[in-house]
Amino acid sequence: MDLIANLHLGFGVALTLQNTLYCFVGVLLGTLIGVLPGIGPVATIAMLLPATFTLPPVSALIMLAGIYYGAQYGGSTTAILVNIPGESSSVVTCLDGYAMARQGRAGPALAIAALGSFFAGTVSTLVLALFAPPLAEIAFQFGPAEYFSLMVLGLIAAIVLARGSLIKAIAMIILGLLLGLVGPDTNTLFFRYTFGLPELNDGIGFVVVAMGLFGFSEIIANLERRAGREVIMAKITSLMPTKKDFAESWKAVLRGTGIGALLGILPGGGAVLGSFAAYTLEKKIAKQPSRFGEGAIEGVAAPESANNAGAQTSFIPLLTLGIPSNPVMALMVGAMTIHGIVPGPQVMSERPELFWGMIASMWIGNLLLVILNLPLIGIWVKLLSVPYRILYPAILLFCCIGVYSLNNSAVDVGLALFFGLLGYVFIKLDCEPAPLLLGFVLGPMMEDNLRRAMLLSRGNPGVFVTRPLSAGLLLVALVLLVAVVLPVVKKKREEAFVE
Amino acid sequence: MGVRIRSPRDWYAGLVFLLFGLCAVVVGRNYPMGTAFQMGAGYFPLVLGSLLLVLGTIICARSLFVAGDKVEAIGLRPLILVLGAIGAFAASVDTLGIVVATMLMTAVGAAASPESRWREVIVVCVFLLALSVGVFAYGLGLPFKLLPF
Repeated sequence: MDLIANLHLGFGVALTLQNTLYCFVGVLLGTLIGVLPGIGPVATIAMLLPATFTLPPVSALIMLAGIYYGAQYGGSTTAILVNIPGESSSVVTCLDGYAMARQGRAGPALAIAALGSFFAGTVSTLVLALFAPPLAEIAFQFGPAEYFSLMVLGLIAAIVLARGSLIKAIAMIILGLLLGLVGPDTNTLFFRYTFGLPELNDGIGFVVVAMGLFGFSEIIANLERRAGREVIMAKITSLMPTKKDFAESWKAVLRGTGIGALLGILPGGGAVLGSFAAYTLEKKIAKQPSRFGEGAIEGVAAPESANNAGAQTSFIPLLTLGIPSNPVMALMVGAMTIHGIVPGPQVMSERPELFWGMIASMWIGNLLLVILNLPLIGIWVKLLSVPYRILYPAILLFCCIGVYSLNNSAVDVGLALFFGLLGYVFIKLDCEPAPLLLGFVLGPMMEDNLRRAMLLSRGNPGVFVTRPLSAGLLLVALVLLVAVVLPVVKKKREEAFVE
Repeated sequence: MGVRIRSPRDWYAGLVFLLFGLCAVVVGRNYPMGTAFQMGAGYFPLVLGSLLLVLGTIICARSLFVAGDKVEAIGLRPLILVLGAIGAFAASVDTLGIVVATMLMTAVGAAASPESRWREVIVVCVFLLALSVGVFAYGLGLPFKLLPF
């Protein structure tokens, strides 16, 4: 069978000593940085990206994927122990995870989170291996019109999933698309919006934007809040969940995995939506919903499984269509481009060792996470008890060095400073930065496909609705948009994000 | 009864979008437009810039009618000093080298938090120097200029 042969090839690549080592280093570094409060996966990956430049492409991508899972898990650890979500996908984990920690059950909460994530990771690795090839087949039939429509769908989905005002999210996307156009026009090499600065002649670096919006502005905001955080210093005596814990959580893990994997595939999806949806579902079907928020173990198991499953299946649109569905995937595009790989359906056929190696490494990464995190939990707890006033200068320095080393350019650091300020303004004005970042990455791709589609249709915009695949994608986007505006759904969405 | 801003956060957000939209349209006004058939470099940016102007206007207009939240107080100290620390790093890393840049950044950055203690800052600074020189410059081989001379 193809699947087995492919996975065999993948494990052959991923299990070489070198790649296993990079995977391990990635998971370790990712967790280390992800545990630091206020640093999510985007900033973590952006910070560590330069460390992978010198590696061969396969190893670099394996390491980056490891960093991603590590950061994700590190975020959950902070959520459970300190009630600070490291990233938006572990917001819901705070509710019951922190409650469990306060009852002295931090150990079981962390263990269930790790085991649930591992299970979810295993399942979604298989999902990825099963569904990626047929999807890539479909992708080969995509013309420019379909790609354009697909990106519209992705952006609309990102709006739907953003918190807060819809119209502000749309404006953020448009702004992102515009910022993405800075630099040479790909078709005519005409320089746009460079303001005479030669440093902008290559456009604005993705890491620069990500670091400013997600790294620097968060540091400022954290310092401003300055609320004393209470670290659960009670010794974690036992990691092992009780039999009762297992009995209560295994179904939640299953459901969380299913929901997360499904929602992760959607463009604009990823880990966040899955964890919210999984938590809400658990609460809905629980016999005593009142237990939630008071330390119900299902409230940790379900969202943690869901966010890990979603994190993994969100690679599907990237690897099959070449379209990043969330900011983390957008960073992966950046990383692939640096290594001369154009993400898209051709990766699977042209570079099978890279494709399947990465998939296999995902499973290995998840395994390493469990092996690493359960014994090392003491170290993470220690790290968490270091006061923020000591941590943030280090975070600041890592961010600066990360940006600088991309092109050895101090101007890039200055640009990141600008985006840090902009990010801070957006925090104050309650505008979500994630849609902007997505727009930023998709901007040039969207323009390119729009142009090509219009060229092929001789300037007739009807091409987007007369080609069935394209029309279907736009229809889904429209339905999504209408659905969100409808009062009933609107209320539900607000509820979901308030929790 | 005069016009009152009912949702300051949205009002200012709208203004930010208007500013960027205006900038896009004004700066890009002379870019080659082309036609829908063969789009020039100015086509897509102009469309986006105009969209941003429309959205900004709607957001501003809405904020006059729909009540919303105030803008939270701005903490000037962390804002200025964190950005200052980044700026100090950017300004010094190429000319004075990573050692001075690290020290400058730590000093300015640490001042951003009123909780910083100077003894701790010195320890942190030494630790960070060891990291930036030992790990980044030597370990990872990033091509930094080390010292000013």
